[in-house]
Amino acid sequence: MSETLLKVSGLTMRFGGLLAVDSVGFEVKNDEVFAIIGPNGAGKTTVFNCVGGFYRPTGGEIVMDGKPITGFPSHKVATHGLVRTFQNVRLFKQLTVLENLLVAQHTQVESRLLPGLLKLPSYRRSEEEALERAAKWLDFMDLRQYANREAGNLAYGHQRRLEIARCMITRPRLLMLDEPAAGLNPQEKRDLQALIDQLRREFGVAVLLIEHDMSLIMGISDRILVMEHGKPITTGTPEQVRNDERVIKAYLGEE
Amino acid sequence: MPTNTFKNAFMAAVFTAVIMMPVFGLQLMRQGAQTHLEARWDLVAIAAAVVFVFQLLRPWLAKPFQRLKTSVPVLPAAPTKGRKWVFLLLLAAAIIWPFFSGRSSVDIATLVMIYIMLGLGLNIVVGFAGLLDLGFVGFYAVGAYTYALLYHWAGWGFWEALPFSGAMAALFGFLLGFPVLRLRGDYLAIVTLGFGEIIRLLLINLNTLTGGPDGISGIPKPTVFGYEMARRSREEGVETFHQMMGWTFDNQHMVNYLYLMALALAVVTLIVSTRLIRMPIGRAWEALREDEIACRSLGLNPTRIKLSAFTLGAMFAGFGGAFFAARQGMVNPESFTFIESALILAIVVLGGMGSQVGVILAAVLLTVLPEVAREFAEYRMLIFGLVMVLMMMWRPQGLLPMKRPQVELKQ
Repeated sequence: MSETLLKVSGLTMRFGGLLAVDSVGFEVKNDEVFAIIGPNGAGKTTVFNCVGGFYRPTGGEIVMDGKPITGFPSHKVATHGLVRTFQNVRLFKQLTVLENLLVAQHTQVESRLLPGLLKLPSYRRSEEEALERAAKWLDFMDLRQYANREAGNLAYGHQRRLEIARCMITRPRLLMLDEPAAGLNPQEKRDLQALIDQLRREFGVAVLLIEHDMSLIMGISDRILVMEHGKPITTGTPEQVRNDERVIKAYLGEE
Repeated sequence: MPTNTFKNAFMAAVFTAVIMMPVFGLQLMRQGAQTHLEARWDLVAIAAAVVFVFQLLRPWLAKPFQRLKTSVPVLPAAPTKGRKWVFLLLLAAAIIWPFFSGRSSVDIATLVMIYIMLGLGLNIVVGFAGLLDLGFVGFYAVGAYTYALLYHWAGWGFWEALPFSGAMAALFGFLLGFPVLRLRGDYLAIVTLGFGEIIRLLLINLNTLTGGPDGISGIPKPTVFGYEMARRSREEGVETFHQMMGWTFDNQHMVNYLYLMALALAVVTLIVSTRLIRMPIGRAWEALREDEIACRSLGLNPTRIKLSAFTLGAMFAGFGGAFFAARQGMVNPESFTFIESALILAIVVLGGMGSQVGVILAAVLLTVLPEVAREFAEYRMLIFGLVMVLMMMWRPQGLLPMKRPQVELKQ
């Protein structure tokens, strides 16, 4: 299982005169945890937005599992198995926790009008299955007791977990997490690390990660891409990155 | 503080005077064939004085209300248990009621049903999908004119035209959906407002097709299983409904029949939209209202979801329009002005966005109250505005806010 799942090459994103991302390339293998780190403003989230289809990249190519997805709108990208979370959690706040998970299954369930209006057996079955899957994920994330609560009323840590569950229920191949540990306390960070590990083992999902928390990054990533000012500095294992002169320079500044 | 209160009171009085001057101060008096303006400064002075005194005393007056403010009566959120039974009971009452009631009240009730239908239709767009639509009356007009034109040019009856009216309105909803896909909030409101006006202006100016400002008249009422409900049939020798039943002709029959049909249409609208919101498409509408970016990240196609909301909402307006045309017997562009859109939107907002029971309640209130308060005809809009302001202050979520959750997971 070391085939390439996502291949990004020469990715460039220009906002007017600002070159936010400058020919970034990396590969994410199947069931690998791949992290992108770099100082603030290095262009990490922009890379995410390009890969996820929220920006149309100025140049470069994105290939998911052998199929080019460059410039696809985000909802199309999602159907190719790339699903993401957001830096500032984006739940459907006024919907209940359960409903958040049901909405996420929209592309999998019977969503045509007539079967639903007439409550055909195929529709009933599809809805029951959706409920079961949602219940399963709520159990998995230990959120079942909050199922019928509005998502916006959950504690922040729970919201983060729900957002990940909402992604996972779409059965992605690649889970993209944008600073998943931001705002979590140390215990929650340890839980998050265990969770990501478990997701990868049990569901065979690859993880593309942006994070500032170094202990989390070093503990969990297989490989790391370091960016600065929109350019890639180096790619390597945590060990290599930790000892790389250029990385230390980028983070600590030059003497 | 007293100086501040005095200053406020003085300013309020000045503004009152300015506002009152054109409204009450200058009154049109008619003497024979001539009309002339009569200044009533005394009225303006009294109004200013009343406001001044009230504002001056407000701090003292407000004191006893301070405690009350925390306990302003709050309607209970709509209960869920036994809802079905309550609904069936109310429905039965609504069916039996016209037979024990007068003609004028049944007429008003028919109007209520039309507004319920329109309110529930707009509720899909505004309440569920969160797309502010100020041109909803345009679809209503499309539905009404579809039937009117099909009758006028092709001689179609109500029942044949009804599905086409819905379909045409839905098509227009779909077409409007395209240009506004990228818009949200204020911008969307303005474009839809323009759309409503375009439809109305087209109806006025396409003289040869629509009859211009005069509209189309002589539109037949719906038939009952093919029998006409009229004193005499339009064609010689064809049996009418009362002849077939062996009744003597009574206008009340027609009124009751129209009411029952409107009721049926409203109930169908209610049932369909209740099902819709529990279906995946309904959940997607709500999700889109909450966060479009998150929706897209999960693979939901916002284009399709928005278009479906516009299309389905417009369809119900189309049905309502066809029925309206049949009931009035005539259509003209005057019936489809912006104020009508505003009224339907007011029904949705007042009822509680997304709440169907609320929308029904608001439709009843906003249609029946003005009829009951006919004596205050001049002040109707004033009272209407006042009620809206008070509602938004005390209960911005509407009369009966939407009930969550739609689906529950058993623990």
